[in-house]
Amino acid sequence: MQLYLPIADIPVNIFLILAMGAAVGFVSGMFGIGGGFLMTPLLIFIGIAPAVAVASVASHIAASSFSGAIAYWRRRAIDPALAMVLLSGGTIGTALGVWTFTLLRSLGQLDLMIALSYVVLLTTVGGVMFWEGLRSMLRVRRGVVVPLRRSGSHVWIHGLPMKMRFKRSKIYLSVIPIVVVGMVIGFLGAVMGIGGGFILIPIMIYLLRVPTSTVIGTSMVLTLVTMVFATMLHAVTNHLVDAVLALLLMTGGVTGAQFGARWGQKIRGEHLRLLLGLLILSVGLRFAIELVIRPDDLFTIREIGSTG
Amino acid sequence: MKQRPLALVGVLLIASMAFAVSPARAERLIVSVSNHRVTVTPNYSGEELVLFGSVERDANTPPSRTSYDLVVTVIGPRADMVTRRKERRFGIWINTDYREFLKVPTYLALFSNRPFDAIASSEVQRRQQLGLNNVLLTQRVGTDYADVVPNDAFRSAFVRLRMEHGLYREETSAVTFLTPTLFRTGIPLPAEVPIGTYEVDIKLFSDGALAARTETAFDIVKVGFEQFVATTARQDGFVYGLVTAFMALMTGWMASIVFRKD
Repeated sequence: MQLYLPIADIPVNIFLILAMGAAVGFVSGMFGIGGGFLMTPLLIFIGIAPAVAVASVASHIAASSFSGAIAYWRRRAIDPALAMVLLSGGTIGTALGVWTFTLLRSLGQLDLMIALSYVVLLTTVGGVMFWEGLRSMLRVRRGVVVPLRRSGSHVWIHGLPMKMRFKRSKIYLSVIPIVVVGMVIGFLGAVMGIGGGFILIPIMIYLLRVPTSTVIGTSMVLTLVTMVFATMLHAVTNHLVDAVLALLLMTGGVTGAQFGARWGQKIRGEHLRLLLGLLILSVGLRFAIELVIRPDDLFTIREIGSTG
Repeated sequence: MKQRPLALVGVLLIASMAFAVSPARAERLIVSVSNHRVTVTPNYSGEELVLFGSVERDANTPPSRTSYDLVVTVIGPRADMVTRRKERRFGIWINTDYREFLKVPTYLALFSNRPFDAIASSEVQRRQQLGLNNVLLTQRVGTDYADVVPNDAFRSAFVRLRMEHGLYREETSAVTFLTPTLFRTGIPLPAEVPIGTYEVDIKLFSDGALAARTETAFDIVKVGFEQFVATTARQDGFVYGLVTAFMALMTGWMASIVFRKD
């Protein structure tokens, strides 16, 4: 069944979009991530303009992170104080991101920057994850027990001033790195159409030493608020949010996520990381190939303003 | 690059105006389009408008003049557009050079009964803007505003890309004369036609010279939910954003109720 997307300005098969939403939702539920880094590229690969894909996926991620955040809130797995500090950086980062997005778009370099960011971010994160997963899998096979790093050990981050006590997470930490992390995630989210969970969670665990009990719930709050904010800003400044596309993605996404979550519990942690790493890496490589091969058409047209 | 300066365009404009008021017209054109208001619904997959017309001869018409040529130009709403060219830099393909096309038609179609070369001399073709190569497409080149030669890389790429979408077209056999004075032509309107007012310019040629000219117009309006969404997104971004964000939250909330595990 064909449906015309009003903002993306192309007809799409309604079931294809629903299936994509469900597939990405399944993967995101399985790995406990938002899935924006998969959704945005998939939309670009089926021919939706990168700018529209980024802006529309923001609202899709808002929906999936909201249902997640509700579940974690019920389990009291969200640290409100930590979330607020992250958000203060996150909103600034999102605003900066949308501003940069608009600027790049007027310069005609937006699509390139989106693709380049994906290549850099996805190949790095995917590569590291894949390598880590592979190493721990081999270790398990050899029967080597790796001692976990003690959570009390200090890094330079713990020497920074403006410390604050986060009761629910039971950590005592400077607000500076938290605000910076929030800003970076907000910025990347707005420019690339990702929730940023797959970068944020490792940073929070390994760098900020946030306990695993509150890390996912709190990161979801950041994702939720920055993505709602990004949706608003993209709608107001660039008029690129395709609500019809977003609704289809959301519907597929939230459904798929439920089934993914059940499957995820059956797979071993290191296998999961290996798979996720491989997935992220392949999306990154796909973008890299697109940039290197000669495009079918060297010319593109864009309307820059209607004069009636 | 060879460029046609703006001054020349002005001179041409004055020349054509002088031409238009020249007296003793021997023919009159009477035309009508099959529909003056085309409604595009969500399942619209393109349609064809029909233009009918007849050449009215009067006492001034030389009896020897029996064969006519006709050129129909359909011009959609105008907009500013930018064409960009990719080049290979550091091993990847990136947009480097660009040209802005100012107030160019979003839809442009030229139809005639036979090739333009057979209708008039190249000088007349250029003056009357017959053919996509001769239609004025103003570009901003640095600080200068002008059209460029037809084989300019950006101009030809622009025309080619518009043609690929069916938005620019040139057919030199689309006009058919049913009788020596009665003619018809189809105006194909693809699914992605821009909304707005379309001007139709009909020029009658005889012996390589313009004999008569008339104009008509039609409107394209889009209706339906998709158009409502598109219009709201452009005109009322704030409300649109709020509604979309609210929709996202509702979907998330509903999912958390439907799939609640505890």
